[in-house]
Amino acid sequence: MNKPVIIDPEGLNQLISTLTRMGFQVVGPTVREEAIVYEKLESIKDLPEGFTDEQDGGIYRLKRRSDKALFGYVVGPHSWKKFLHPPERRLWSADSEGNDFKIKPEKLESPKFAFLGVRACEMHAIAIQDKVFINDKYVDPVYQIRRENAFFIAVNCGQAGGTCFCVSMNTGPKVDTGFDLALTEILDTDRHYFVVEVGSDRGAACLEQVTHQQAQNEEVRQAEDVVEKTSGQMGRTLDTTHIKELLYDNLEHPRWDDIAERCLSCANCTMVCPTCFCSTVEDVTDITGTHAERWQKWDSCFTMDFTYLHGGEVRASTKSRYRQWLTHKLASWQDQFGSSGCVGCGRCITWCPPAIDLTEEISQIRDSETQTSKPT
Amino acid sequence: MMARKSKPKVAVWKFASCDGCQLSLLDCEDDLLAVSQEIEIAHFPEASRAVMKGPYDLSLVEGSITTPHDAERIHEIRKSSKFLITIGACATAGGIQALRNFKDVNDFISIVYATPDYIDTLQKSTPISDHIKVDFELRGCPIDKMQLLEVISAFINGRKPNTPAHSTCIECKRRGTVCVMVAQGKMCMGPVTHAGCGALCPSYDRGCYGCFGPQETTNTGSLSTQLKKLGADDDEIVRTFRGFNAYAEPFRKESELHDKENH
Repeated sequence: MNKPVIIDPEGLNQLISTLTRMGFQVVGPTVREEAIVYEKLESIKDLPEGFTDEQDGGIYRLKRRSDKALFGYVVGPHSWKKFLHPPERRLWSADSEGNDFKIKPEKLESPKFAFLGVRACEMHAIAIQDKVFINDKYVDPVYQIRRENAFFIAVNCGQAGGTCFCVSMNTGPKVDTGFDLALTEILDTDRHYFVVEVGSDRGAACLEQVTHQQAQNEEVRQAEDVVEKTSGQMGRTLDTTHIKELLYDNLEHPRWDDIAERCLSCANCTMVCPTCFCSTVEDVTDITGTHAERWQKWDSCFTMDFTYLHGGEVRASTKSRYRQWLTHKLASWQDQFGSSGCVGCGRCITWCPPAIDLTEEISQIRDSETQTSKPT
Repeated sequence: MMARKSKPKVAVWKFASCDGCQLSLLDCEDDLLAVSQEIEIAHFPEASRAVMKGPYDLSLVEGSITTPHDAERIHEIRKSSKFLITIGACATAGGIQALRNFKDVNDFISIVYATPDYIDTLQKSTPISDHIKVDFELRGCPIDKMQLLEVISAFINGRKPNTPAHSTCIECKRRGTVCVMVAQGKMCMGPVTHAGCGALCPSYDRGCYGCFGPQETTNTGSLSTQLKKLGADDDEIVRTFRGFNAYAEPFRKESELHDKENH
């Protein structure tokens, strides 16, 4: 593939204009409601220049940096799934005609998104959702069209957050596949620039429209150092050794009761998780009864309706719901989709109001097993 | 789809309440015409003096039971209604007036009224479902008018209404609102509160007040622990849980745990 190049912040601005001219809706990080969220971007002025975030269990704080970094933070409350797998959408509508009714499918149209600032863990999360939505027998057409149209400008993380553990999950902090362009932001004392890796032909074509120069070896090395440094900063770690067996062997572990004491079953963890994909459908009629619609909405394994069958809920207790979520995420996901369902982004830790931390829960279960295991 | 024979007769009843919920029906604006074409408003004193006799196909009941007279009247309404839906926090949980339930009501009567002898009231303000069988409860203070339309549509079309009982957090997340508790340390009842308002307050940068009452599986104790971490003391926790749904069981029990008068 092409050799890395250098662009400066103005070059990044040109990249946004170029993509906009090509018909893409550029979306990426911006500051809103005391957090860095993903929204439509017009120019680099919309990026969170000079902002960072501090994260821990149940805590997120937007802070000022001493420099003018454009990507000097980690992942926030939003993930790209809100664009690829919209939170609420109409699947079809129907109108009555005499004694019959006619179904009107939704038009398959979608804005072409250019995602700016996608982190390594998020690229992996999208690859995981691809397996769910398009790489199987049953394809979600809305996800497919949005996914296939999307342009990816990834960013290698210049720092790790307090709840990050991508190194444990082998999903970062360096972006490895799936991108069109990948940036590493370098803030020298006198220079602010990006080392750009090209991941596709259209990425290269796009870059032709932008002022750039070949990267020197020293600049490439500096970019590598950034990622190296980030790798050493992970706020959390998760030992994934035989994690599937660990969870399958501990379905009745007392730790699940302990978690249930704290879990609010509010579903925040599943909503912010970039791989959680569950949805529900709601059928509605208007008051005349001549028009009906079916809507798909994000759902969660933490709601009672999720396992409601004739006669009641299968997983009525909070304990069973949390255990289901974590065991699916880290263990049965492997059986189902061939990889872990967790990318180590830490969102479920940060955005859990009572700060339940899956890395800590797993470590507690593992430690107790080590203590009780008999010599073989 | 078969044409319906006749329009269902609908009655709207008021008990101890502020009228805000029944006004939600009049608030339906553009949809009100469609509603009036599909149902016959047979009894709705707030809207019309024309009152038709029962029985009624559907009764919408607003307000809580606070007097001996109302405790009898609700049974008459049940008898004359095929289907009965309670609307709003007063009818479903006793309302803000259920704050009296934590004290002796006679103490208030002597302070508030010039001639306490004229007052004939019950010790407690209670939800309608404490007195009669209720077919469906629509939460909120006030109720959400789109949910009211949904419930009426569902009733007319013989289907189950879509009024999910999960947390308000799910509504915040679907609309992309940033969690005010995690990002700003604001107290928020969202994780224990029933969805339905569309997560209105957090979208205006405020914590949820719990207007829609407890969600399907509340863990109020865990939320209180979190509120304490955010700086709340017991008094503040009592006030947080004693809002419009103070007498809803999970909220009532949690507030009593933190109420110094109980210790």
